[in-house]
Amino acid sequence: MKSAVITFPGSNCDRDMDVALKKFGFKNKMVWHQDVELPKSDLVVLPGGFSYGDYLRCGSMASKSTIMQSVINFANSGGMVMGICNGFQILVETGLVPGVLLRNKYLEFICKNVFVKINNKNNGYFKNISNDVLELHIAHNEGNYFCTNDQLKEIEDNAQVAINYCDPNGKIEEPFNPNGSIKNIAGIFNKKKNVLGMMPHPERMIDSSLSGEDGSYFFKNLINNLK
Amino acid sequence: MIVNEIIAIDHGLKKDEYKKICELLKRTPNITELGIFSAMWNEHCSYKSSRLHLKKLPTKGKQVIQGPGENAGVVDIGDNDAIVFKIESHNHPSFIEPYQGAATGVGGIMRDVFTMGARPIANLNSIHFGSTQHKKTKNLLRGVVHGIGGYGNCMGVPTIAGQTSFDSSYNGNILVNAMTLGLVKKDKIFYSKAAGLNKPVIYVGSKTGRDGIHGASMASASFDDKIEEKKPTVQVGDPFTEKLLLEACLELMAGDSIIAIQDMGAAGLTSSSIEMASKGNLGIEINLNKVPCRETKMTPYEIMLSESQERMLIVLENGKEEQAKTIFDKWNLDFAIIGKTTKSKKIELYFDSKKVADIPVNTLVENSPMYDRKWKKAKLPKKNKINKNDINNLRIIEVLKKILANPNICSKEWIWQQYDHTVMGDTIQKPGGDSGVVRVHGTNKAVAASVDSSAVYCWAHPLTGGKQVVCESFRNLISVGAKPIAITNCLNFGSPENEENMGEFVECVQGIGEASSYLKFPVVSGNVSFYNQTKDQGIKPTPSIGGVGLINDYTKMITMDFKEVDNVVLVIGKTEGHIDQSLFARVILNEKNGPPPEINLFNEKNNGETLLKLIDDNLIKSAHDISLGGIITALSKMCIKGNKGIKLKKPKYLISEIEYFFAEDQGRYIVEISKKDQKKVLDILNKNAVHYDELGTINENMLFLNEKTKVTIDELKGFNTTWLKQYMSN
Repeated sequence: MKSAVITFPGSNCDRDMDVALKKFGFKNKMVWHQDVELPKSDLVVLPGGFSYGDYLRCGSMASKSTIMQSVINFANSGGMVMGICNGFQILVETGLVPGVLLRNKYLEFICKNVFVKINNKNNGYFKNISNDVLELHIAHNEGNYFCTNDQLKEIEDNAQVAINYCDPNGKIEEPFNPNGSIKNIAGIFNKKKNVLGMMPHPERMIDSSLSGEDGSYFFKNLINNLK
Repeated sequence: MIVNEIIAIDHGLKKDEYKKICELLKRTPNITELGIFSAMWNEHCSYKSSRLHLKKLPTKGKQVIQGPGENAGVVDIGDNDAIVFKIESHNHPSFIEPYQGAATGVGGIMRDVFTMGARPIANLNSIHFGSTQHKKTKNLLRGVVHGIGGYGNCMGVPTIAGQTSFDSSYNGNILVNAMTLGLVKKDKIFYSKAAGLNKPVIYVGSKTGRDGIHGASMASASFDDKIEEKKPTVQVGDPFTEKLLLEACLELMAGDSIIAIQDMGAAGLTSSSIEMASKGNLGIEINLNKVPCRETKMTPYEIMLSESQERMLIVLENGKEEQAKTIFDKWNLDFAIIGKTTKSKKIELYFDSKKVADIPVNTLVENSPMYDRKWKKAKLPKKNKINKNDINNLRIIEVLKKILANPNICSKEWIWQQYDHTVMGDTIQKPGGDSGVVRVHGTNKAVAASVDSSAVYCWAHPLTGGKQVVCESFRNLISVGAKPIAITNCLNFGSPENEENMGEFVECVQGIGEASSYLKFPVVSGNVSFYNQTKDQGIKPTPSIGGVGLINDYTKMITMDFKEVDNVVLVIGKTEGHIDQSLFARVILNEKNGPPPEINLFNEKNNGETLLKLIDDNLIKSAHDISLGGIITALSKMCIKGNKGIKLKKPKYLISEIEYFFAEDQGRYIVEISKKDQKKVLDILNKNAVHYDELGTINENMLFLNEKTKVTIDELKGFNTTWLKQYMSN
């Protein structure tokens, strides 16, 4: 399976994503934001970080990078595109996924482990995964997902909510919402479910010596789904 | 402007120093030259009050590749890998403007590390604030934490450990010390020594603005009522540009075009160019019209003294200019050839085709002032009036609850949760442990680092306090299973012109030297910050020690959380019941007199090395060093982290339970072992003549001494984890 990770100026989880993808069997290529063409890929990843220093608005300038036109075309033709953290912020700025990401409710950067409930397994990302709840890691300042009531209705009607913040048993309640996201939303799909944006970092949870291993389940399942 | 003595004094120079400048130049300096002298000769850059004493520190060792004198120290960790590390202060700017002051402190220390070719892999910090009752404390704490996070998080470097304390002596002068570790291949280390004639001198990074002019001079003076006016001397950081600069520099460093490289830190273009020329015994000629400027009509004086951030000076090989420029263009950074190396051994500056400065390099460096300041030996600690009968009537659990919720003991999660501590995917021990630990990417090795200071001990007895901080750093590394390699120190003191403060400095440095020499734990880099005082009130002497150690097999790393019910818990090291200067004495008894606990370097080394051996033999399940708050505080933290309890029995000593559990005797650790290993462990301890106490066994959820003295771990956790969050939320 072939993957591509885009490096924007200010990306800082690009290497971590490269390490994770390779660990689980992807042939990964790093792609520079000024490149015009994507290499032939089964999965394109927009990594975390502070693209363009988060200036103007998180993800806003990166969404206009040269490479993004190819990424948008790839997504519109059904290609799998995953944005993690800043990558999620870039995805909402392109309009590939609905909504916006606001400053965290308590106005502070948060770095910690969280639990997320998988809300929809009928897609290339979570199909066949045996877990219902994953322990993943978040590290962000602007992860407070927001959208209009109409958008929310549409998102829910189309089963576009990918994951919600929850307790270790999968209970989705306000105390387990780290950043104020509407309905504890931690990640969402586009309508066709080939584009996924999420705040948690599965690439930081890929070995037992790190904060945990649930990221491994995610990647192992992902590559099997793509085969 | 014609320079005279009054203008020189306005620049922070002393009358004698101005006289010496005129003698060295054999003429009156012009204003640009005066600015350069004042920047190079201030305390921050010249170490004029400290040099004499710093020379006495041990700086060599088997693993030391580079000691003090470069941008950072370098130690060998085997397999052609080396760790570059240093700690630095940014105290004055952080008090005036906490966000930018702390942020640029972090940015500056990271630049020091990647200037040497190393990719930063971990950040640490040691931050000290005034009393929690003081009106400024909350805002300063919030601003500093946001600033540290804002810069480090954006750079994508994990912040893995730190230390925070509160003491009223910092009410008017907080401390912000930032430390960075970087990883480099031993044969790809870059230095700041220029070499060769007519080599192009290159400026890269951000443009030069008017921010930070005279920052280094500000850092070399005491605060007075007009500090707010000094805001313009605080630099403004841009971590995004620094991230680009990091990647661009490392890309250029992968080739062989760099002769020397130096970041523009304190005193900007002035100190970086002079440093490179001085080390290479060369001259440098710069055309200031070529320097990329952010603002119009900047004068030579402003260009030379600006402390705009995220800038580097490079001496390149001839003919490599285009290749280098391509890299900086790719990263959208300024690149300008601003001068060349010369044989003149002078710093020669041109502006609008006129020579605006002409100074022999040695007058700025070798001939800079050095003072043997007068100092007073510290007074012996006063006897205190602790009445043993009174303290024995106190109830242990009530005291423990107060101590666990004390600002200097309580959980600092509110702080470190705002720092990205997991980016780079190699953090295997996060903040809240004895040391932070990161793997050496792609290997079985891991590097541990901690930062410590004990201002109260140093204040009560500077010599003992100096030794203690080094020992604590040693212990924190050993507690995670790392072999201590070397330290970096950040020496925060009051005015060197005050004999008592200078005495504290001299004796602390002596203590640091004695301990690091005995423990073979040399000092490889550091920084001195004097004038930490408001008006004539100095801070408590606060040397911060950053320690670095190596774990050869990261699967052997130890954490402090209790692991398994029925395991046996031991105290390694002897408990004499030293209560003076303990947190217990200060918080519970309100008693501030008495000497700090003594340091026995033999025991320190023997206990530590024996524990390392036990860890290496896989006999230790968890470990934690005993520091502030004594045995029971350390135990409580191990219980809270592991979500387990302990059934305790106090060993049959002559001292009382209170003394046993709250004393702060040094050289001690708590360890957890399994029952089946007990004999083996005790044999090794006996064979090495290490004193130990059997303290108890681990249970489900209760700290239990007897039916009257017990508490659930959940309750202890509540006391430990809520104080700081509540304090910051209202």
